[in-house]
Amino acid sequence: MAASAMREGLGDGARAVSPLLLAVVPFGLVLGVTAAATAVGGLLGIATSSIIFAGAAQLVTIQLFDAGTSLFVVILTALVVNVRHLMYSAALAPHFSEFPRRSRWLLPYLLTDQAFAVSMTRYETADDPLYKRWYFAGAGLTLWVSWQIATVAGVVLGAQIPDSLGLSFAIPLVFLALLIPVVQTRPGLLAAVVGGLVAVAAFDAPYGLGLVIGALAGITAGVAAEQAGRR
Amino acid sequence: MLGAVIAIGIGTYLTRLSFIGAFGEREMPAWLERPLRYVAPAVLGAIVLPAVVMPDGVIDFAPASNPRFLAGVIAAAVAIRFRNITVVITVGMAALWILDGLL
Repeated sequence: MAASAMREGLGDGARAVSPLLLAVVPFGLVLGVTAAATAVGGLLGIATSSIIFAGAAQLVTIQLFDAGTSLFVVILTALVVNVRHLMYSAALAPHFSEFPRRSRWLLPYLLTDQAFAVSMTRYETADDPLYKRWYFAGAGLTLWVSWQIATVAGVVLGAQIPDSLGLSFAIPLVFLALLIPVVQTRPGLLAAVVGGLVAVAAFDAPYGLGLVIGALAGITAGVAAEQAGRR
Repeated sequence: MLGAVIAIGIGTYLTRLSFIGAFGEREMPAWLERPLRYVAPAVLGAIVLPAVVMPDGVIDFAPASNPRFLAGVIAAAVAIRFRNITVVITVGMAALWILDGLL
């Protein structure tokens, strides 16, 4: 009984994320290619995939390293990008509280946008904590393994691609594809527009803080728009 | 650079662990939850716009000197229509190469 809940959970979790790999794998390839093509280098690019394991933050890190941004600002910017995980952690916490302590400490390492999305959907109807635990592990591990392979493949590929192809442009293109689904509400759209305009205006801000300044302005605009809309 | 990557990795793990580990089942306060909803659009906007309107550090919309702006607009149109990351990368890069060759 227990063993089958585990096997079922693992399999169902892995199956649930597999269609998402169509988006995850090209993203990982771009990450590897750009790391190899820039001053960051392929090895460090691969290291980010296992140490950080969060695509958007990794791409931003590579972009800022390449621009020669100070390490402190690189860290700050990447953490601003990743602060959304607080939201996922809070939503998953009631479910994870049923898991053994070791899982509660290990599984969050695998927490990504995709693993969160499929698990929350499944948890609406699943009850068995053992099944739920392995479902998350199945989804998370599938994404993790795919991500590592895609990054390494991108690095191998990137080493053969000449600079003149302008592959650094693939970074904003990935972010553009991620941006469209999150600007479907009016406050979300405003947050993106204000964030973008302020980042442009603050481009020459000291220490390369432009992105963080833009992001904070955009977040403020989104919250203000939401509150104005409620009144 | 590796040190910075490790710092980001630790920080990221801690945000993932936050409510699951340390804060237990405490509810997220509204003052925190509301701004978090706008982190994704604000951050992505702040990354994308400067990358397409000022790739060389100065604002430039002219396709001849900054093909990335027009290529970005084309990619955005495709992103709205298809919502597929591979299609967006392919069309955006192709647009850049074509504009680069033409202009």
